[in-house]
Amino acid sequence: MGRNRWFLPLAASVGFLFLYAPILSLVIFSFNANRLVTVWSGFSTQAYADLWADPQLLPATWLSLQIAAVSATIALVLGTLCAVALVRFRRFRGKTVLQATVSAPLVMPDVITGIALLLLFVTMQSLIGWPQGRGVLTIILAHSTFCTAYVTVVVQSRLADFDMSLEEAAMDLGASPVRVFFDITLPIIAPALVSGWLLAFTLSLDDLVIASFVSGPGSSTLPMIIFSKVRLGVAPEVNALATIIIGVVASGVVLATIYGLRQSAREKQA
Amino acid sequence: MTRAAPPPSQGRLAWLRRALAAVGLSGRGLVIAAPAAWLTLFFLVPLGVVFGISLATKEFGQPPYSDLLTTEDGTVQLTLHLSNYIRIFTDPSNIYINAFLSSIRIAAVSTVFAILIGYPMAYAIARAPDRWRNILLMLVILPFWTSFLLRVYALSGFLRGEGVINNTLAVFGLGPFTMMQTDFAVYVGIVYSYLPFFILPLYTNLVKLDPSLLEASADLGARPIRTFFSITLPLSMPGVIAGSMLVFIPAIGEFVIPSLLGGPGTQMIGRILWDEFFSKTNWPRAAALAISMLVIVVIPIMLMQRAQNAVVEGRR
Repeated sequence: MGRNRWFLPLAASVGFLFLYAPILSLVIFSFNANRLVTVWSGFSTQAYADLWADPQLLPATWLSLQIAAVSATIALVLGTLCAVALVRFRRFRGKTVLQATVSAPLVMPDVITGIALLLLFVTMQSLIGWPQGRGVLTIILAHSTFCTAYVTVVVQSRLADFDMSLEEAAMDLGASPVRVFFDITLPIIAPALVSGWLLAFTLSLDDLVIASFVSGPGSSTLPMIIFSKVRLGVAPEVNALATIIIGVVASGVVLATIYGLRQSAREKQA
Repeated sequence: MTRAAPPPSQGRLAWLRRALAAVGLSGRGLVIAAPAAWLTLFFLVPLGVVFGISLATKEFGQPPYSDLLTTEDGTVQLTLHLSNYIRIFTDPSNIYINAFLSSIRIAAVSTVFAILIGYPMAYAIARAPDRWRNILLMLVILPFWTSFLLRVYALSGFLRGEGVINNTLAVFGLGPFTMMQTDFAVYVGIVYSYLPFFILPLYTNLVKLDPSLLEASADLGARPIRTFFSITLPLSMPGVIAGSMLVFIPAIGEFVIPSLLGGPGTQMIGRILWDEFFSKTNWPRAAALAISMLVIVVIPIMLMQRAQNAVVEGRR
C-alpha cells in the first residue's frame, strides 16, 4: 500500500522539525543585530559581547559547573554502592525499602523535593547548628541526593546485564571482594559510570526548582539567573549563552555517538 | 594444583576490615550503609519534616512558622494544626482544588498529544534501515542533554506574539495568533520537553517486535491499517504506558513550563506551591500542599506503576 511509504517519514520529519526548529531559531537569532531578537535585522555578535560583559551570567555558569561536578561525583560513589548492593548482594534486611527509596526521587516532583530539603536544612540548623545557613553546600547536598537515584538506575542495569561468572572466577582464585570489585567489576561497568556521571552532571547543571529552594544569598546558580532574566521576556545574552551550551553539548553527543558506532562495528568484525 | 586463598586476616586491607569489625560493620554492611544512610537523611527524613511543618501555622519570624513543641511551666506541649489541610479543601475560591484538577487535566491532555506525535516517530525509527536508526535515536536524545530551561525559553521565542511562527504566518497575511500565556502553550511546552522520554521506551518495545507476525498478518490478507490496530498497537502497549508515565508524572508537578509559557489563569499545583512559599512566605501551607500532592497524586501513580510492572513481568 502506497500510503505507508510516505506517512511514516512525513510524520517523523514533522516530529523532528518540532523538536529542532525552536532550538535552531534560538541559535540563529543569537547572531541578530536587533535586540528584539525575533525580528532579523542583520548579522552581529553583539549578544556575545553582552554575555561577556554580563556581571551575573558568567560567574553563575562557573558556580553551576563546580556544583555539578562535585554533586555528580558524590552521586557516582553513592549510586554505584547502592547499585552493587541491590544487584550483587543476595538478600539483606531492608533491600526492598532501599530499592523503593532510591527510585522514589525519579518520580518525585521537584517542588516537593525542594521544599522538603529546605525545611530539613532549616530544622537541622536550629537543632544542631549545621549546615550554617543556605548556600553552595546545601545545593550540593540536594543535587547529590536526586542524582544518586539516576546513577543507581544506570549502573544497576549495566551490572544486571553482565556475566557474574567472571567475578566468581576471581573470587575462586582467592581475590578479596574489594580486589574483585576494582580489578574485574569496575572496568566492566566503566561505561555505565561515565554515562551515569554525565547524566548526573547534566541534571545538576539544569536544575532550577530545587536549587531555588535550598540556595542562599550570593549562591544563585545559572538556571536561577537565566530564569530571572527570561521571565520578563527575551534576553539576547541568554540566547548567546544557550548557543554556546548547545554547541558544546551537540558536539559531545555527536562524537560519543560516532565513537559508539565505530566501537560496535569493531565488535561485529571481531 | 590448587592455590589456597590467603587467610582473611592478612590482605592489604586487613586493618580496614578489623577497624570496621570493631564498630560492628562488615565491608558488605558499609556498602549498604553509606547510600542507605544518605538517602534516609536527605530523602526520607525531609518528607517527615515537611509533614511536621504542615501541621504548624504561619508566623512572623525566623523560621516563619509556629513551634510544634513548646515548654510552658516545665511541661512540654505539642500543638498540631490541621487548618492548612482544611483550608486546601475548603478555600472559598477553590484555588487549591482547581489547581490540582487543572494539573491533572493539563498533564493528561499533553500526554495524549505526546502519544499522537511520538508514536509515529518511534515507529518510524524502529522501522528505519540500520544505518539510519542510530542517527535518528541520537537526534531524539540530543535535546535531552541540552538545558530543559533553555529549550522552554527557545519555545517561548517561537510562540510569542512577535515570535517566529507569527512572523512566518504574517508573510502569508495570516495571524497574528495569541499562543503565549495560554493553556495551549503549556501543552506544547510539555510535549516539546518530554517527547524524548515518551519515544525511547516505546522505541525499545517496537524494535523488539517480531516482523514475522506482521508478515503473517499480511499473508492472511489483513490491510496494513488492520495489522497495525490488531497486532502492532496491542503488543506495544507496555511501551506506550511506560512512555506516557514518563510524560504524565513530571508534567503534573511542573513549575517552569506554566511559569514561562502559561498565563495567569494556568494555575498548576507546582506553581501554586511555589507562590505560597516564595511570594506569600506561608511555609506551613506550602508544606501541606506538598504532602497533599504526594498523597493524592504521586503515591497513587507509584502504586499504579508497580502494579503495571507486575503485570508486564508476569506476562514474560
